[in-house]
Amino acid sequence: MSEIKVMKQRDMQQVTAQQRVIKIVAKVITYIFLFTMALIVIFPFYWMIISSLKTLDEYRLSIPTLFPKFIDARNYIEVFQNKDLLLGKLFMNTLYVGLVSTILSLVITVLSAFAFARLEFKGRNALFGFLLATMMIPGELFTITNYQTVNAFGWMETFTVLIVPFLVSVFYIYLLRQNFLQIPNELYLAAKVDGTTDLKYLWKVMIPLSLPNLISITILKMMGAWNSYMWPRLVANDDAHRLITNGLRTAFTDASGNTDIPVQMAAVALVSLPLFLVFVFLRKYIMKGVSRSGIKG
Amino acid sequence: MANESVATKTYFWYEFRKKLSAFAKKIKFDQWKGWIYLSPAIVLILIFTVWPIFNTVRMSLLEGYTTMKEVNGAVFNFGIGNFKRVIDYPGFLTCLKNTVLLTVLTVPISTFLALLIAVCLNSIKLFSRALQTIFFLPYVTNSIAIGMVFAAMFKMIIGGQARPDSVGIVNNVLEALGFDYINWMNAGSEYWANIVVMTVYIVWNALPFKILILLGGLQSVNKQYYDAAKVDGTSRARVFGRITVPLLSPMIAYVVITGFIGGFKEYSSIVGVFGEGMGPVGNAYSLDTMVGFIYRAIGKQEGTASAAALILFAIIFVVTMINLYVSNKKTHY
Repeated sequence: MSEIKVMKQRDMQQVTAQQRVIKIVAKVITYIFLFTMALIVIFPFYWMIISSLKTLDEYRLSIPTLFPKFIDARNYIEVFQNKDLLLGKLFMNTLYVGLVSTILSLVITVLSAFAFARLEFKGRNALFGFLLATMMIPGELFTITNYQTVNAFGWMETFTVLIVPFLVSVFYIYLLRQNFLQIPNELYLAAKVDGTTDLKYLWKVMIPLSLPNLISITILKMMGAWNSYMWPRLVANDDAHRLITNGLRTAFTDASGNTDIPVQMAAVALVSLPLFLVFVFLRKYIMKGVSRSGIKG
Repeated sequence: MANESVATKTYFWYEFRKKLSAFAKKIKFDQWKGWIYLSPAIVLILIFTVWPIFNTVRMSLLEGYTTMKEVNGAVFNFGIGNFKRVIDYPGFLTCLKNTVLLTVLTVPISTFLALLIAVCLNSIKLFSRALQTIFFLPYVTNSIAIGMVFAAMFKMIIGGQARPDSVGIVNNVLEALGFDYINWMNAGSEYWANIVVMTVYIVWNALPFKILILLGGLQSVNKQYYDAAKVDGTSRARVFGRITVPLLSPMIAYVVITGFIGGFKEYSSIVGVFGEGMGPVGNAYSLDTMVGFIYRAIGKQEGTASAAALILFAIIFVVTMINLYVSNKKTHY
């Protein structure tokens, strides 16, 4: 009896040992795969930074160096002195457009979301349904007419044209409305009984309760201004109003194809830096917004 | 004395409020309040969303429409000539081909890779957070700026000799692995090489969003299914095919649909890598897309642009419907 038990135990041990080996091999393969992919994902960033620190001669070497021989910040100085790029001006323009459009957009979004979530009026659901339906239409379809409209308004090459057409985002209204709906209606009714005005209630109760979402919207909106390319390129492509992404692309469009890549990489690194800072400090909020939207920037 | 005045004041305000609310009731203020709150949004939507919808359809149906001609008082025939012109125009077929090719290549590759990475990330504990952060990094980037980095990685720097001064880091890796270097995107490069460059970049760019969604899905899957499979001694491949994929099917459907929509609107990533020429030097617009076609017609050929935009909308709509239909049949729950 006891012998059988021992044999059984031995068999079991063998099986578990085999399983353990398979498990370890699988783990090793998993890690190798993940680290390889992570390396591929991160490599362009690495290449951007070290290329920006190389001299042009070193960059042109037939056998590339994976780390610059000596760190050379001259490319960055050259970027700031570049007459085609005017980085400081681009930065200020983008910051201005980003801030103004974020603030105005937040006000409009909060008011609309409040109306859709809390107020009773005829046509509310029909209007909301219509707004959601417009989300399906590709933005390029609107751009053709909006170009004519802003032209007729005389807004070409102003900051207005970069801000006003994109103030209303149906998606943000939808996001915030869902958030507002989660706040119990009893709070609103109690506030009404106490004689609180709607706006005060909105300011004191609803906005604080949905702050994380508002922060997500703010970040995505700012990133949108930073990354927008097509519309600014179409309607405000002058030195006084050019935004940063457009400025970066136009400054380094060279027909011969042999641009000074280290300087170009320095400019790209400088444009990417604020995004990295946002990523490092505010990742949580972006991921939250992203996982619900599927939109970029 | 002071007390009395406070009392009068309070009473006054009380009366005032009562009158105000009576007045509000009389004009049915509550009914209008919603519309007042919505008014800024509605005004902007009417101008920048509703009017464009009507106007695009109108312009697309007026043959040979341009704003210039309309301002000068030209009259246009009503018809579908714009659509015919768009389809007959040889450049448009190039755009359509590039758009479809890039979408069909990048959506399956990026979805599969993202699924694999998400499953692997979900199965490990050590370094899990750090790796997640790295995989999310490409999301928070500027597609034009990083496109320029990819261009630098694939581009050769031509010198005086037969062999370029530098063949670019990607070719360096290829040579280290024993292959010949390839002209990926310099002047005289071939179409397939350009498409490979774009596919690599678009997939790289698309991964973080897909990983985020799929990993979120995996983390919400009930662990009981896996425990049951473990008890039955099911193989890993079978667990992946029979449990993971079916349970994740709603998320997979979501990333595939958004991937298709994004793919058909591909534009700025190509501008990032190849510049506004949308092609290698000497072969401009060989990588043009539908959106590129529309953008270049804006302000010049509005009738054609509108027709092309409506065609794009129709394609996206049909593809989304097909995707939804298929995923409804295949989706587990």
